[in-house]
Amino acid sequence: MSRRVRMLVLGPGLLGLGALFAWAIAGLPAFGHYRGPYGYVLNRLVVPLRHTTNVVMGTNFDVRGVDTMGEEFILYAAVVGVTLLLRDESNARHVERHTRRLRNETVRLAGVAMVGGGLLVGLWLMAFGYITPGGGFQGGVVAAGAVLLLYLAGSHRDYSPFRDAHVLDPLEGVGAGGYVVVGLAALASGSAFLTNLFGRGTTGTLLSGGSIVILNWAAAIAVTCAMLLLFAEFLETYVEPLETEEAGA
Amino acid sequence: MTLAATLVPLQAVSFALVALGAPLVVLTRDPLRQALVNGVYGVSLVCLFVVLQAPDPALSMLAVSGIGYPLVILAAIARVRARDRRKEDDS
Repeated sequence: MSRRVRMLVLGPGLLGLGALFAWAIAGLPAFGHYRGPYGYVLNRLVVPLRHTTNVVMGTNFDVRGVDTMGEEFILYAAVVGVTLLLRDESNARHVERHTRRLRNETVRLAGVAMVGGGLLVGLWLMAFGYITPGGGFQGGVVAAGAVLLLYLAGSHRDYSPFRDAHVLDPLEGVGAGGYVVVGLAALASGSAFLTNLFGRGTTGTLLSGGSIVILNWAAAIAVTCAMLLLFAEFLETYVEPLETEEAGA
Repeated sequence: MTLAATLVPLQAVSFALVALGAPLVVLTRDPLRQALVNGVYGVSLVCLFVVLQAPDPALSMLAVSGIGYPLVILAAIARVRARDRRKEDDS
């Protein structure tokens, strides 16, 4: 297709898209003027009914807990897909590879210090997710990222416990499955799927929210393991062949 | 001056940073640099979310744009560059 024909196709398309976009923008409520009733209703109901001061998590893990279950399984399916594509069982997984460590001691020291700090921030985000902003998803990614720093600042050997599929695969399953089990437990007790089963506790403490606590930790375990599994597969497939090649060169 | 009024300039600056950052990501040609610029752009979005009083999306954005996305991109770049190098060695 020549440049002229392309422009002839692009022009009307851009014009049409631009017109629709302008129309949509013009119809938006004014900036800062939220109109929907859903948010107002939740802001009034979640704290008195669930005792979780972070309304977002009270919504994610209780009011629309089924959606979050779906989202958790999207991540699960993505990780299973990546693993099926990349994992090579014939490749000896536990061969000790000798690669160069970072030479600069200051960078290594700072990196190792950040592992502890990052892990602590991740755990805090997970544990207090339903009280202050945070939650299992964000905390899980932060914790997994902190552990990955161990690989960057340390070596394969330091990182190897965190890439062992024999540990990560079952834990990932426990996290994803635990969420469903809590939902089914509510069904078995005679109420609707994912009904909050436990006492609501004291507002603003770790002992608040009932089932939300368990669902939050299940999501945290699932997400942490999912990210670690992804890192492990990517490192195995993309980074290590490079490093051995460079070491040999 | 009320709290809402003090937030207006902050919001304006955050929006401006995001509006500036997006074209910068697109205009960076080298993929490695693009990954880094995209990370900085992610941080500007995080600031915008915080200023708009949405800390939960800000944390999600931080986790995705700061940890998840760059790692996948960097791994892919490393892979492609290694293949190119191998091709050069062969020829």
